[in-house]
Amino acid sequence: MTINEVQNNIIEEFSMFDDWMDKYNLLIDLGKDLPVIDPKYKVKDFLIEGCQSKVWLRPSYDGNLITFTADSDAIITRGIVALLIKVLSTRKPEEILSADLYFIDKIGLRQNLSPTRSNGLLSMVRQMKLYAMAFNAKSK
Amino acid sequence: MKDIAEIRADFPILNRKVYGKPLVYFDNGATTQKPKCVLDAVTEVYESYNGNIHRGVHFLSDMSSEAYEAAREKVRTFINAEKKEEIVFTSGTTGSINGIAFSFGERYIKPGDEIILSCLEHHANIVPWQMMCERKGAVLRVIPINDNGEIILEEYFKLLSSKTRLVSVAQASNALGTLLPLKEIIDAAHSANSPVLIDGAQGIQHGIVDLKTMDCDFYVFSGHKIYGPNGIGVLYGKEKWLSELPPFQGGGDMVDKVTFEKTTYNELPFKFEAGTMNYPGAIGLARALDYVHDIGRDNIASMEKDLLLYATTRLSALKDLILYGRSDRKISTISFLIKDIHQYDTGMILDKMGIAVRTGTHCAQPVMDRYGIDGTVRASLCFYNTKEEIDALCDGIEKVKSMFA
Repeated sequence: MTINEVQNNIIEEFSMFDDWMDKYNLLIDLGKDLPVIDPKYKVKDFLIEGCQSKVWLRPSYDGNLITFTADSDAIITRGIVALLIKVLSTRKPEEILSADLYFIDKIGLRQNLSPTRSNGLLSMVRQMKLYAMAFNAKSK
Repeated sequence: MKDIAEIRADFPILNRKVYGKPLVYFDNGATTQKPKCVLDAVTEVYESYNGNIHRGVHFLSDMSSEAYEAAREKVRTFINAEKKEEIVFTSGTTGSINGIAFSFGERYIKPGDEIILSCLEHHANIVPWQMMCERKGAVLRVIPINDNGEIILEEYFKLLSSKTRLVSVAQASNALGTLLPLKEIIDAAHSANSPVLIDGAQGIQHGIVDLKTMDCDFYVFSGHKIYGPNGIGVLYGKEKWLSELPPFQGGGDMVDKVTFEKTTYNELPFKFEAGTMNYPGAIGLARALDYVHDIGRDNIASMEKDLLLYATTRLSALKDLILYGRSDRKISTISFLIKDIHQYDTGMILDKMGIAVRTGTHCAQPVMDRYGIDGTVRASLCFYNTKEEIDALCDGIEKVKSMFA
């Protein structure tokens, strides 16, 4: 599936719920599917610190695809991180770099990504793109 | 006296819904809502007599200047300061402390001098002093707190010495709600020949502030935390200090004579008010102080005491709830965590139930470090809140527990 196909699936999944609580319950469930980072990598090098919650993110690159593992100390954040990984993990660097992440807005989680929330999620998207940029440069 | 329904009707925003639920506003420590009379006062400035203050010869400028100076007098009586000249308008608590930290540093601080703060301070009463210490080679000393979130006075007395140049502490902790023992702090500092700054950001809205009795040397607060507009604040300083201190900003209105060789400064308080001041804000603040006065500061204190007692009792009875800050002397602010649930998760779900709380470190990271936690959920109440809203918070907490169990 392309990045946009995955995004559209997520949007469809969330559109089934009108109630905020149901959306958050879904996020909590999604968090449980997160490919969790090996605890030994939960260190400063992989930490994206926000003032609200912490996110650890680790990339690995096989020369073709970048795969991410991650975790967060807050469960809702972990759910959103799981969504980002669903969309952006196991992708070519150039795919990640050119991705336009519209699903966040569409499912009503924009407030979680605004710079003032500083919960680390915006930094996380930025960090995923930076890793993609670095691996892209390395492979050339 | 107005009943609670009448009081709530004074604040238009309290009537609104968020996510289809009635708003429960428990983030008063961050900013308070404004009564209609304050909104009207600010609108009236712009609609009827807006003109820059102290400059014009024209009618509107005169009217604005007069209202601005009347606001200064209102602040003076509200905090019972001796002279109008001791009241400087600023942008807020942060602006006031930055100003004093700069001027005081320039005038009095030498390498090795010490400034005493408490562990309960918010960043606005830490960082400006740190910046000044770095510039001047001075040192910060910090009064520790006990497990209840109270400062340990014996430790404070030990920190005071001939090196102490200034003591700067909060009237009340924004993160835990603890009221500090100001009399003991100020008396001891004065015995050690050190002036004291009291950060009233979390104090002035909760009870009577009488500076003649308190006898601090500087007192600062923000307008928006006492039902006034944003962007206006107050710096009170005893005349003997303000007249010795250099200005912290240069510009129009704060000058006497300007030539390219030398500028002489205007008299107090104008020496500290450079450029166009926020006179609509000051006029709005004066209206807010009138409003608080009309409700009655004793009444506000007693309503908030009731709310604090009710909230503490109800929250303490909830399973798996940990309260931080258990002092007997508190403002109506309650910091807590639900066992094994991140404060961010709690805050996000409460928000969707229409309950506004603050989560995180509350710009007071050293307090969180003291307890070895990343942050808390903070419900900061004020007199327009109700017991029914506290019940809604408790229901919300149970909902959070069921979702994250």
